[in-house]
Amino acid sequence: MILITLLALPFVAALLSLLVPQQAKILALVSSALAVLITLYMSMHIAEGALTVAQAWLPDLGIQFALHADGLSCSLSLLTALVSFLVFLNLNNKEVPKAASFYSLLLFAQTGLMGVFLASDAMLFYFFWELALIPIYFLSSIWGGENRIKVTFKFFIYTFIGSLMMLAGLIYLGLQTPGADAFSYHALVAVGNSLSNTQQISLFVLFFLAFAIKMPIFPFHTWQPDAYDEAPTSVTIFLSALMVKMGLYAVLRWLMPVLPEGVSYWSNTVIILSIIGILYASIIALQQTNIKRFIAYSSIAHMGLMCAAAFVQNDLALHGVKIQMFMHGINIAGMWLVVSIIENRYHTKDMNALGGIASTMPKLSIAFVIISFANIALPLTNGFVGEFMLFAGIFSSANPNHVLYMVLAGLGVILGAAYTLRMLQKVVFGTASTTQAVKDLSINEWCVLAIVLSLIIALGVYAKPLLTLTSF
Amino acid sequence: MILIITASIIGVVLLFASFLLKHTSSLLHLVTVLFAALFGVAIWEALQPTAILTQSFYLDAIRVDRFTNQFNVLIAGCLFLYILLMKKHIAAVGKYKAEYFALIAFIMVGIFMLSSFNSLLVMFLGIEIVSIPQYILAGSDKENLKSTEASLKYFLMGAFSTGFLLMGITLLYGATGNFMVSEFNFLQATSINPLALGGVLLLIVAFGFKVSAAPMHLWTPDVYDGTPTPFTAFMATLVKVAAFVGFMRLFQTSFTAISSSWSLVLSVVIALTLFVGNITAVFQQSVKRMLAYSSIAQAGFMLFAIISLNAIGRQGMLVYTVAYSVASICFFAILIKMKDYTYDGFNGLAKKQPFIAALATIYMLSLAGIPLTGGFMAKYYMLKAVLFEGTYMWLAIFALLMAAVSVYYYFKVIIAMYFKEGEAAMVDSFTKEEKLYLTIGAMALLVVGIFPSLVTGTI
Repeated sequence: MILITLLALPFVAALLSLLVPQQAKILALVSSALAVLITLYMSMHIAEGALTVAQAWLPDLGIQFALHADGLSCSLSLLTALVSFLVFLNLNNKEVPKAASFYSLLLFAQTGLMGVFLASDAMLFYFFWELALIPIYFLSSIWGGENRIKVTFKFFIYTFIGSLMMLAGLIYLGLQTPGADAFSYHALVAVGNSLSNTQQISLFVLFFLAFAIKMPIFPFHTWQPDAYDEAPTSVTIFLSALMVKMGLYAVLRWLMPVLPEGVSYWSNTVIILSIIGILYASIIALQQTNIKRFIAYSSIAHMGLMCAAAFVQNDLALHGVKIQMFMHGINIAGMWLVVSIIENRYHTKDMNALGGIASTMPKLSIAFVIISFANIALPLTNGFVGEFMLFAGIFSSANPNHVLYMVLAGLGVILGAAYTLRMLQKVVFGTASTTQAVKDLSINEWCVLAIVLSLIIALGVYAKPLLTLTSF
Repeated sequence: MILIITASIIGVVLLFASFLLKHTSSLLHLVTVLFAALFGVAIWEALQPTAILTQSFYLDAIRVDRFTNQFNVLIAGCLFLYILLMKKHIAAVGKYKAEYFALIAFIMVGIFMLSSFNSLLVMFLGIEIVSIPQYILAGSDKENLKSTEASLKYFLMGAFSTGFLLMGITLLYGATGNFMVSEFNFLQATSINPLALGGVLLLIVAFGFKVSAAPMHLWTPDVYDGTPTPFTAFMATLVKVAAFVGFMRLFQTSFTAISSSWSLVLSVVIALTLFVGNITAVFQQSVKRMLAYSSIAQAGFMLFAIISLNAIGRQGMLVYTVAYSVASICFFAILIKMKDYTYDGFNGLAKKQPFIAALATIYMLSLAGIPLTGGFMAKYYMLKAVLFEGTYMWLAIFALLMAAVSVYYYFKVIIAMYFKEGEAAMVDSFTKEEKLYLTIGAMALLVVGIFPSLVTGTI
């Protein structure tokens, strides 16, 4: 029942905000706050057993309406609810044109994301996977920047090709087990493991293409910087904090248990691609002057590290990935929130045109510095916990090249510190770009950043609740 | 069976109506009632306790089985929606208002024959009854040269393909000494009779013309473009689906046993159809022409039912019937109101007519095959059917890549409506009634997308 509520809440709120356009803002805020409470409650009671819903839907096609919430699903749906809440809270004092449709589409996207993280039937998962994309497509194309139509279309076609490949793989798998629950998690795990090596290896390609485009992994990342740059910042938060996690989540939830042979066959290739991505994205981030593109590239580097760790197939690394998915979601959302506030005040994304924010907006600057530190995983911030586990996992894995991987991925951390500090220097410190008075944080923005900061510090100092949650 | 008779009677009644009824409005009322009755008869026939059994009529020349009944209900329902949406526009095409409807009723006779033949001769009759009225409808806008051109082209190509069809039937008769599809028995033969094989290949060519499969598709864009839009909507949807059902019926009852000798040819035809349809559609400027090419592209997917020849493919055909016909008919009903048939003509529609734009978006999403719409389920069944056979994995992957291409041109309409500035000039506005029918169409697509078993009848 709780799980269905989690899906129904944003969905109903989205419909209502279309019907009662004046109340859209409140509806979004209240419904996402409720979602946060529900997911928190669910996470606290996870030890009593995972929640499950299984309802017959299309028995002759083997599709069920089945939801399941274990630790990983819980933490990511908590992240979804939390990030949506932060986005809506941040929007509270800003005027959006055609606000009702904007809020309603964001709420639809939230529904889709929740569904992706909760579905335990592969076809249902596929439906939500696509449904999360459609509202984002409209949001970016209507409210985005100058090149929005072209860029968003590219993004859409890219991810759509990926998901169609996944669909082919899913149908193939589903055909191996006729029955009313052909696509359920357990049936797929059973049938996937029974396939021959060659079958698993080729099916892996079909599935991984979809997930790699979503994450994105080098060389499938080209849609991402453009899409982040052109989308309105609220949507970018959804994209970078939540949607890219869908890819990694799918790898953990579906790919690894269903096609273990395929995973071990391809693992080195994927790790090498991820590491190329880390280094490549870091080097580009070093030269960026556009702050949104800068964060986009740093996000590619971070996702690369998580993907590499996921594929070394080591328990510690896997646990680290689960932790880091949550932590990175919080941090990157924090980064974008800061950027959205800066953009709101200064109307520019050019780092060279910014500068001296420390003197004009001291409160924002403090938050920005702390969030950036969390992003480069300084100890006592939340980023450190996850990243430490990732590296420890890669280092202790059975993979013969683990030291090399560790060193190369470690370079990414050093580069990460370099580019982040460079950005901070340019934007926060230095000479003030304008003399005109700029308003510092308003109350709601202060609340938003306070939530992000307290999570960063709290989880950095005491990460045990999250560690326990994701171990279920 | 009663359905075929009803459709014929409706055709005859409408012929007389042209000089008995003076007012267009009373004619339109009569038309609505008659086609509603046709739909009713189809439902009534499908609800008979005997409907799930196979019944034969006229010395076994016609066989009505469960699939026939299901398909007849769906096609009659789609026709009713088509009539409701288009009747005003049909009456506005030219002088002979009642005759157009009569011709449509006669085409329905042919369609019902195609879904129930057992003798090759009935199949031939069905195809001709479907085709000949279409030549007239294509040229019904007599003032317009393009319409005349369409009619002539369609007639010449149609006559040409009829030649193939007859030749194919002749060879098959020569090989088997029989017209009855159910009596063909290729299993017992030690080797395949070359006459029979030639017949099958000729039949593939002939049906390829009718369903516009590449490389027999060349007539399609010009004919669909030149034909008055209300009739294009009819030809590109219901007639095409019916030709598919005939194609499938013929091949699944008789040629399954020798499928290894023709399925490779068909798979090449499918790949070509998908490729040509989708890639050419990308480059179109006119939405009407785009729909013509998209109908070729969708034909590629429907051909999956014929290459796989299994129960899943048959169910897929039913889902495709509804998903493709309803989405196309409804979108044509919107297109017909536009002043400018190019993509630019749709610019800014979302601002002027938000409701219509939202509906058009649903039709486009369904045609593109986005989940939870009927179009997705249709493609899903087809892919499943072909993957079930196991031999054509490459074809399935290729079809999916082409489906991704199709997103490009369907979404161009959405982009024009929502993201571009413009006037989106309309010839006239939508009445409340039309909006209701369009909404029903969109709802039908969503319902089929969520519960396809309602259509496949496997609840």
